[in-house]
Amino acid sequence: MADAAETKPLSFQDMILTLHAYWGARGCAILQPYDMRVGAGTFHPATTLRSLGPEPWNVAYVQPSRRPTDGRYGENPNRLQHYYQYQVILKPSPADLQEQYLGSLAAIGIDPLLHDIRFVEDDWESPTLGAWGLGWEVWCDGMEVTQFTYFQQMGGFDCKPVAGELTYGLERLAMYIQNVDNVYDLRFSDPVGDVPGVSYGDVFLENERQFSKWNFEVADTDSLFAGFKAAEAECNRAIEAGVPLAAYDQAIEASHLFNLLQARGVISVQERANYMARVRDLAKGSCKAWIDSQSERWTQNYPGWTL
Amino acid sequence: MTDFLLELRSEEIPARMQAGARAELEKLFRAQMTAAGIAVGDLTIWSTPRRLALIANGLPQATAAVSEELKGPRTSAPPQALEGFLRKTGLTQDQLEDRDGVWFAVIDKLGRATAEVLAEAIPAIVRGFAWPKSMRWGKASASSESLRWVRPLSGIVAIFGEALIPCEVSGIPAGFATRGHRFHCPGEITIGSASDYAEKLRACHVIVDHEERAALIRDGATKAAADAGLSLVEDEGLVIENAGLTEWPVPLLGRFDEAFLEVPPEVIQLTARVNQKYFVVNDADGKLANGFVCTANIDAKDGGVEIVAGNRKVLAARLSDARFFWEQDRKTKLADHAKKLDRITFHEKLGTVAEKVERVARLAEWLASEGIVPNCDPALARQAAELAKADLVTEMVGEFPELQGLMGGYYARAEGLPDAVADAIRDHYKPVGQGDDVPTVPVTVAVALADKLDTLISFFAVREQPSGSRDPFALRRAALGILATVIQNGIAFNARQIVASAYFPISWNVKLIAIDIDPDEKRNILDHLYHARSHSFEIRSENDFLVMANEKPVHARSAREAFIRVPDLGDLSETSDQIVNFLIDRLKVQQREAGVRHDLIDAVFALGGEDDLVRLLARVRALQAFMATDDGANLLAGYKRAANILKQASVPAEAGTQGGAAQALEQDIPGLRLSPERMTDVDRALLTALDTAEPAARNAVEEERFTDAMAALASLRAPIDAFFEGVMVNDPDEDVRAYRLGLLSRFTGAVHGVADFSKIEG
Repeated sequence: MADAAETKPLSFQDMILTLHAYWGARGCAILQPYDMRVGAGTFHPATTLRSLGPEPWNVAYVQPSRRPTDGRYGENPNRLQHYYQYQVILKPSPADLQEQYLGSLAAIGIDPLLHDIRFVEDDWESPTLGAWGLGWEVWCDGMEVTQFTYFQQMGGFDCKPVAGELTYGLERLAMYIQNVDNVYDLRFSDPVGDVPGVSYGDVFLENERQFSKWNFEVADTDSLFAGFKAAEAECNRAIEAGVPLAAYDQAIEASHLFNLLQARGVISVQERANYMARVRDLAKGSCKAWIDSQSERWTQNYPGWTL
Repeated sequence: MTDFLLELRSEEIPARMQAGARAELEKLFRAQMTAAGIAVGDLTIWSTPRRLALIANGLPQATAAVSEELKGPRTSAPPQALEGFLRKTGLTQDQLEDRDGVWFAVIDKLGRATAEVLAEAIPAIVRGFAWPKSMRWGKASASSESLRWVRPLSGIVAIFGEALIPCEVSGIPAGFATRGHRFHCPGEITIGSASDYAEKLRACHVIVDHEERAALIRDGATKAAADAGLSLVEDEGLVIENAGLTEWPVPLLGRFDEAFLEVPPEVIQLTARVNQKYFVVNDADGKLANGFVCTANIDAKDGGVEIVAGNRKVLAARLSDARFFWEQDRKTKLADHAKKLDRITFHEKLGTVAEKVERVARLAEWLASEGIVPNCDPALARQAAELAKADLVTEMVGEFPELQGLMGGYYARAEGLPDAVADAIRDHYKPVGQGDDVPTVPVTVAVALADKLDTLISFFAVREQPSGSRDPFALRRAALGILATVIQNGIAFNARQIVASAYFPISWNVKLIAIDIDPDEKRNILDHLYHARSHSFEIRSENDFLVMANEKPVHARSAREAFIRVPDLGDLSETSDQIVNFLIDRLKVQQREAGVRHDLIDAVFALGGEDDLVRLLARVRALQAFMATDDGANLLAGYKRAANILKQASVPAEAGTQGGAAQALEQDIPGLRLSPERMTDVDRALLTALDTAEPAARNAVEEERFTDAMAALASLRAPIDAFFEGVMVNDPDEDVRAYRLGLLSRFTGAVHGVADFSKIEG
């Protein structure tokens, strides 16, 4: 695979397929994206909720991620309001996690004796998830291509054991591998016979234009505010009802609506902290309810394990 | 004697923590060895991103055998005492020695093998290691008790001589094997002893000595720039950081598109430094050139071509962001940016940044119009202050907060504002720390002072003053900034007057922030209050908001629920006293740090009554010069002697000559007069000298001629010496004794008018 990559760099989709094959071969279940609007792969319940508790959990998946404020109407070659993250969760974190990760870079065609790969301190924190971890941003020739984190807490609870999280910025990696300066110029797929390949721009340029406009100018703020309140209320109802997975969906929803309100510029600096605290409470509440629903089984199956 | 090598291998240790980790390793190792009685000489401590190494040369094979003597009870003591002693020592009675009726225990401790000590010390060092931030990892982290380390600990090498020190920490056994460079030499390598450690690693592309790597980077980066006809902008912090990010550093020069040079050079340098850890370079004229030096961690197969190309692309993306901000920000005038400051909270109790700006603008204008900052146009001071914080809402400062002020200066110049205004915006945060430049241009001085005074006064007003080591709003720094600015510019700064004048409207502004009131009405009230500041003001009743300025009501309201929310700001004079004392305390600390004798500072400050900080310092300096002379030293000796005699006679040393002095001229000494025939020549000489010196010293102090004041005191030296030599103070004649004590009291009083000599040591 590495040899093939050297002759012709992988297309965007082949890079994803290569990563799937690589992590699949190392015991990861290859999941699909979560079917909600989220800001990062970490929001997927397969990361947030499953990083809690003693059970081993090894998964990889692509997560489309939305950050409304990063939209640039398709005019900036590096910034998008919608992009892909490749997420790997390995719990407990294996002793050779760094080596496994570097193997994945080699698999998609990055030669570490030609390119400068570095682990640069970067402590990760998600105030809206009540989560933090220590690790690095991985640099390739000065560009951050991956966030590498050992989760220490999620939803305010200690991760026992600690999960290793790898978050690859797929567009950046692909731009690097394919040596293009504009994200829209990426080869998304290669031509096969008479069937032409498509570029990233073919797939997403129009989305960026329309969604940037909607995020910044069009979205109805009254319904966003109302939606936030509704999601908050529903989250709390679901926690009460003992269905934390459903509660967590509402926490995700509230988080995204908050991001949209930010993009619309209607949340003042003072209010911002307050909204973030409300989202964090929802996420923490969901995590707590998830733990409550599982802890009996966890302590049964893992004697000696405590929260 | 045997050498010991310890290597703690870890996943990448943050660069900024490596120096601290080396110190911690040394400290813990020495503590362990000292506790075991092993003498340790010089240690070699190295670090790379992936390892901490320690080499101790010449350790003994074993600790020395020691004989310890313990004194026990007397042989005649009750049996319980002896039993207790035997329990404590673990001996039997026949092993004790009877020395003159006292039991002694002599315990011989055998030496311990150093290897055994090390085997215990290593796990203790690892477990006791303090990192700024540490973490758990792996299977073991299912338990809360698992080992914490900065990043996962991956291996331990512990070799004493050529022998392995067998030990284990959290499932990681010590061994002979380590790893070389992550990419050049990924397999295991075996270390034989401390002596081949560094060379074996070097053969595997690891330079373990951090200082050697730093030198390679420093020299390599300088040379890479020089080869292209450029000069490196030196940055030692960046050298050390890059040394902490690499095991095999290779500096490489790259170029970026010249068009980016239109962005201010500070922005380019900051982007390159903070985001990418690159050095920047200057051209032959000393101007920033379109080049950078990055430090790779490999000897790349292609000589670094791909690495430079990649880094260049990343820098270009960063610089296009910066250029975008630079262009966007300039599309809006600073005055319009400033309008957005009402969205940013300055402090919960102090309102928004816009409100702070309003206070600072009024204060800066006042400092200028009152002439406190001389030669300053009040309108320019106001304009600069109003715009000084506008850059906080620009995109550029949002991205690089450390560019606050600087960008505002650039934007002000770009929109054609006067240079004085642009300079003041740029420099008003100065001085930021010790050694930083102090503003000297009038408009800048006014804004810089007003900004810091407002911060100091308003936080004191809402009772957020520093306590102990807690100073969350950096008020000590603000105070030091005020002092440095005032002193360097020789500003006549009467702290008590200025603080009191500034405190009044600031505290009202703070109160009004808490009241729900129409903004125009608020401004109207403040206008009146500010205007009234330099005259008189009266608050009839705060509770129902009858606000008086110059005896005219400017606002009246009696909303009960409103007044409940008004913060209690304390007594005006009490709080402004606190602020002045805080400033004076800082001044003392600052002078002490600058090497001025603390007793001289105390001697001047103890007198009180002087609020002009610059005058206080002038007095300290004059006193310091005086005390270096013979006259000063002898006068001090005379003063001490006089004070002692007065103390023994329970006569209070006179606090000062003010007031009492005029009377004294009539009467020699208050309440006392001695007929001429009972006076000796020396009595008369001292009296005459005092009659001249007292008013001379007093006038000189009043007129700020401190050197003259000291000279006046110096004239007392000869008469006081002669007095002590020529007469007995404790004369048998009660009247004569009382009179002479009175003379001494006048003498100490005259000295006190200049400085409290009782505080002076020596």
